[in-house]
Amino acid sequence: MTAILFWLFSALMLGFACAVVFNRNPVASALSLVVSFIGLAALFVLLNAYFLAVIQVLVYAGAVMVLFLFIIMLLDLRAEERRKFNTVVVAGGMIVAAMFVAELYAVIEQLPFRVRTFPPLRLDTALNPGTLNDVQNVGRLLFSGYNLPFQVVGVLLLVATIGVVVLSKKELK
Amino acid sequence: MELTLDDYLLVSGLLFAIGFAGVLLRRNIIIIFMCLEMMLNAANLSLVAFSRFNVQNGLPNYNGQMLVFFIITVAAAEVAVGLAVIVALYRSRQTTHVEDISSLKF
Repeated sequence: MTAILFWLFSALMLGFACAVVFNRNPVASALSLVVSFIGLAALFVLLNAYFLAVIQVLVYAGAVMVLFLFIIMLLDLRAEERRKFNTVVVAGGMIVAAMFVAELYAVIEQLPFRVRTFPPLRLDTALNPGTLNDVQNVGRLLFSGYNLPFQVVGVLLLVATIGVVVLSKKELK
Repeated sequence: MELTLDDYLLVSGLLFAIGFAGVLLRRNIIIIFMCLEMMLNAANLSLVAFSRFNVQNGLPNYNGQMLVFFIITVAAAEVAVGLAVIVALYRSRQTTHVEDISSLKF
């Protein structure tokens, strides 16, 4: 059952990822990317990372892609007219990507853990017997071991916000 | 047939390759930016798979998931700044086509 779901959502994710690359219309590309991200969130659920799956849908499929769509519609981008292809560039890009896949496959083939499956989780926690308290575990680690990076990321978001406001001003001086 | 770690790594690598091909093939700067996000997400998938694979005390290794959390946060900030740069670029050049933006070209 898990395997069927895995291949289903993987196919969905990869198919719509291809649609992002091959669509001519930027709005269609952005919407395909939303579906691709939702497929990825489903794979996170299969890996028992429930918190990250929710964050993936909220932040990526929600906020980030809405921002993309907003900018595409603000700039009023139409479907690109056909330009003449630079054959060398297209062929080079395809070859580099294909070589990457081939190399990756060769490396995965010889991994030492190739036949090992995922070890089972121990689900006997006191709070919610039989379930993985994913949010609790993530939150505890985030506010103890990763407290400093968490605060630094907060500052980063503030700096990014200020930077965006400055960049969006009418005249850049 | 039970799922193994390399299934996830293969899917993650394929997603990365699709994003990589998109960056190399497309000429619209916004599509290139979307493909960059796709590559970040491919890295996230392999990180979560390793986190689930490396079970400690019956729990996934949450250090990997923390890294994914921070990647998502930084990517959100990156998208905001990047899109603001693209809007500023569009204002001055009236184009999002990378071949029309060539003033730094040697």
